Amino acid sequence: MVITGVAFVSGFCIMTIEMLGARILSPYFGGSLSVWGSIITIFMLALAMGYLIGGRLSTRNPNAITFAFFFIGAGLFSSPVILFADGIMEPIFLAIEDPRYGSLFAAIFLFFIPTAILGMISPYSIRLMVDSHEHSGHMAGLLFFISTLGSAAGTLSTSFYFVLWFEVNQILWGAIGALITAGCAILITHYLKSTQEVKQSRPYEKKQA
Amino acid sequence: MKRNRPSRNIALKWLPALLVVLLGFPVAAETIHEERSKYRDITVTQVRDRRCLLFNVHRGDRNQTCISMDDRYRLVFDYTRMTFAGLLLKPDPKRILIIGLGGGTLPLTFADLLPDATIDVVEIDEAVVNVAEEFFFFSETDNLKVTVEDGRPFIKRVGIRGESYDYIVLDAFSGDYIPEHMLTREFLEEVKRIMSPDAVLVANTFSTSRLYDHESVTYQRVFNEFFNFKLPTSGNRMIITQLDPLPPRGRLVTEAQKIAEGLEKYGVPLLEYPRRLSTRVDWDMSRRILTDQYSPGNLLRDN
Repeated sequence: MVITGVAFVSGFCIMTIEMLGARILSPYFGGSLSVWGSIITIFMLALAMGYLIGGRLSTRNPNAITFAFFFIGAGLFSSPVILFADGIMEPIFLAIEDPRYGSLFAAIFLFFIPTAILGMISPYSIRLMVDSHEHSGHMAGLLFFISTLGSAAGTLSTSFYFVLWFEVNQILWGAIGALITAGCAILITHYLKSTQEVKQSRPYEKKQA
Repeated sequence: MKRNRPSRNIALKWLPALLVVLLGFPVAAETIHEERSKYRDITVTQVRDRRCLLFNVHRGDRNQTCISMDDRYRLVFDYTRMTFAGLLLKPDPKRILIIGLGGGTLPLTFADLLPDATIDVVEIDEAVVNVAEEFFFFSETDNLKVTVEDGRPFIKRVGIRGESYDYIVLDAFSGDYIPEHMLTREFLEEVKRIMSPDAVLVANTFSTSRLYDHESVTYQRVFNEFFNFKLPTSGNRMIITQLDPLPPRGRLVTEAQKIAEGLEKYGVPLLEYPRRLSTRVDWDMSRRILTDQYSPGNLLRDN
């Protein structure tokens, strides 16, 4: 349950940040088609890297704590988008005249790391779910379904409503808050579960003694 | 890209065609060029001597620039003529910047009127530049240059280089309206930075726009005050302002009398303009200003 819930959150946040990307870059690189092209390219590349690394990591001792830190890490690494956006984009704007490559480099520095971390979540969550189930294809399908549903919801709510109600940075803080909350939820359920397991195992130990 | 008011009124839209039928002239506007560019559909049509540039015809919201082939100097639309009201504040500009090329009538008129001025035009869509050159007699000269780029980074770079202009026309439109990143306080501050001390800024907006109030409070925040220039015959509203406090109307009238004659050739009734330049607040001052953080553009409604 928790894993599907946080998969929804990660899908939602990826698209929220991506939708705001064009808004963040436009003061420096304009609203041309190439700015959208840069953003989508970098998000796709970052997700691809994330899938690869997340899949690798899932082969070595998959655990809930690492999983939780993907969320917390993605949240923390998204904060430069708010805190240092001008500091990152201004030198790029000054160094690169062509807005196509300018926006591409800006998108790399602003979005690559948090998006790659978010990409690690998908394969890792499949591994965690499959541990208790035999139908890995079924689980993968379910998780893709949930996280892509989250992406659709994130795209729609950001572009239709959030930008009308909030400032760009407020929405980003919201996404960061949601990611960190998701990470904490994973940690809390993990510790609750392990204490439960300890309690359940005690009578058995006593019996043996 | 330029546009005049959105033609919502079907009766008005068809009236010219109807008149043509009744008067026995050939009816249909002949399409002489069609192309789909990176940003929009471009159509060039011609009815008798009037040649028009239309954007996004298929979507129904046609934006247009028209020229009269028989009298190429005469400006066909109110909004193009209204752009020259800025001359009342700055009659002898030396460096002119125009954001948004359209059919190129504005820069051509400026070049004809002020042969010594240098004119820079910024247009995001290369296809529009080609169409203006091929069908609307536009061409670059030593004094008239076009840069294919988004207006905002262009202006930001001019500011960083420390250069300035003394007549700036904001006339960029995309999709529904002015692009969102060219409506914000931060953008206007960048524009302000490239204005020479006695420069004038002329911004073409719609008086029917849903953004009217938001736009007005944003300009007011950055420039303190501006002339609101509307005509009963046009759906456009020109925002005209400068860095110094605005001159009294008497001075506008004197200025108009001095230079009106030179503008007759283009059909610009400059003498009628001073009384139309108003500083009266006719917008809701409580509306939220538009910033890079908050500029939801066409999502804003009248509520």
